Amino acid sequence: MTEHAIVVEGLRKRFGKVAALDGVDLEVPRGEVFGLLGPNGAGKTTTVRILATILRPDEGRAAVLGYDVVRDAAAVRRRIGLAGQSAAVDENLTGGENLRMTGVLGQRPIAEVKQRASDLLERFDLTAAGDRPLRTYSGGMRRRLDVAAALMARPPVLFLDEPTTGLDISSREELWDMIRELVAEGTTVLLTTQYLEEADRLASRIAVVDGGKVIANDTPQRLKAQLGSTVIQMDVRGDGRAEQAAQALSDLRDGRVEREGQTLRITSDRGALVLIEVLGDLSSKGLEPDTLTVREPSIDDVFLTLTGRHAEEVTPDRGADSRPRRWRR
Amino acid sequence: MSTPVIAARDSTDRDQRIPFGPLRDSFELTRRDLIAYLRTPQLLIFSTVQPVIFVLLFRYTFGGAVKLPGFHYGYVDYLMPGIFVQTVTFGSINTAIGMATDLKSGLTERFRALPMSRWAVLVGRTSADLLRNIFVVILMLVVGYIVGWRLHSDLLSLVGAMLLVLLFGYVLSWLFATVGLAVRDPESAQAASFPVIAPLVFASGAFVPVGGMPDWLRAFANHQPVSLTASAVRALLVGGPATSDVWNAVGWDLGILVVFAPLAVWLYRRST
Repeated sequence: MTEHAIVVEGLRKRFGKVAALDGVDLEVPRGEVFGLLGPNGAGKTTTVRILATILRPDEGRAAVLGYDVVRDAAAVRRRIGLAGQSAAVDENLTGGENLRMTGVLGQRPIAEVKQRASDLLERFDLTAAGDRPLRTYSGGMRRRLDVAAALMARPPVLFLDEPTTGLDISSREELWDMIRELVAEGTTVLLTTQYLEEADRLASRIAVVDGGKVIANDTPQRLKAQLGSTVIQMDVRGDGRAEQAAQALSDLRDGRVEREGQTLRITSDRGALVLIEVLGDLSSKGLEPDTLTVREPSIDDVFLTLTGRHAEEVTPDRGADSRPRRWRR
Repeated sequence: MSTPVIAARDSTDRDQRIPFGPLRDSFELTRRDLIAYLRTPQLLIFSTVQPVIFVLLFRYTFGGAVKLPGFHYGYVDYLMPGIFVQTVTFGSINTAIGMATDLKSGLTERFRALPMSRWAVLVGRTSADLLRNIFVVILMLVVGYIVGWRLHSDLLSLVGAMLLVLLFGYVLSWLFATVGLAVRDPESAQAASFPVIAPLVFASGAFVPVGGMPDWLRAFANHQPVSLTASAVRALLVGGPATSDVWNAVGWDLGILVVFAPLAVWLYRRST
């Protein structure tokens, strides 16, 4: 038995001219949520599809619970569940029928399948809808059923590919609770997401991926410590005034200042205090911001800090072609 | 939402095989596709109402006009064998649409991450189409009887003729599963299927004798599988000499299956 549930070494995958994965290394400890964070086209979905034996890598190797995803694909398939944007359910079947089909095709005995389908419908709050065709389901119900289907064979390793994209806030919170319960019961979860908050709330470790590479791999606490918990963003318009403002703030004690054109971005762990200090320093130099926003760090801020560019400048790979871009400055 | 049912089990029993696993997978998917047919009214209508309209239309429009040299029965007895073959031919477009729909919805991806037989999706789909064809062919027998079609041979020949029709429909399912997997989109699957099917059905001896066609078209019509199958079925139903037509039709069926079954499985395996 390996100590890690998932091991990925030097994984590369090209689609035509685009390198979707350009040498990815990962180690996912057992019994934890591991977050794969990145924009569309970063390589998250490609990684999950290789791990779920749907795609073959061009180079490198990957193993799930010690089984190689290419050579021992059949053994891997008996140990994983897959849900999210790349998995799906049958529109014409009812919720219960979908679960039954996934259980039978997951090679579980029929008695176990029936019991488990009714348990999971209850657990995911779908008992009342269990006899209705999927066509009548809301987006949130569909997503819950998709996750339930992935759990039919009680997989020790679960892949959740952007499971909450497009869900409303309460459905998202519900799904997060379920993921926490799963992990408490011993499941290893590999979660991909575009939302820093989601990775932060669920994962014990986060790998930030960009352009097919892992550009950071750390605990959420340490990743955020690099950033600060608050971002103050302001525009100072006028000839050279933003530069003067950056100068005025250069010896700010608890915050870090970056300037891009006439926009200043200050990241800090002590937001309120720093805000007072910033405004004081500026007004003492006769400067004032034209716009001012105080917010939590976004994925874009993580990117700006890690890569020096905005997330939306990332070239999309094939995995992103059918989905809308979700981040805007 | 309180019962702790989700816990991962230790993986000791995971590699135990379920007896007849691939067969069980195929049954499960046949079942799924049949449920889908029953719950999708437009599919049922397309595969039943449309052939009924063809029977009524051709029976009463061409019936008085078509000359049948060497055929000693009425036009309805000429027409119905063609209708049987045409019905399963048009019906096989559903196979293409079904395969493409699963690819587009992402269901195929889920299947590929499951420890199931790689053949099961195709075997399940084509089996469901076979069962639907059995239903539609029986319906056509009833409709044909109502508009005056009669069996002029014996029951054994009738069974043989129907098996020939169903075999043709079955091998076409594999052909059109390949089309669906190749185009990967339900609308394109429908669009891509029609240009294949229309000349096969209409440039044939299914509804009218080929004698009136120009030479080049007649050469095609005389040797293509819809004509040969219709001709074999017709011979069986009126009790004429059928042997060479039957073998020609079966030869086509085996040829189509040998080419397209491996091709469909190959496309399915590499579809991501």
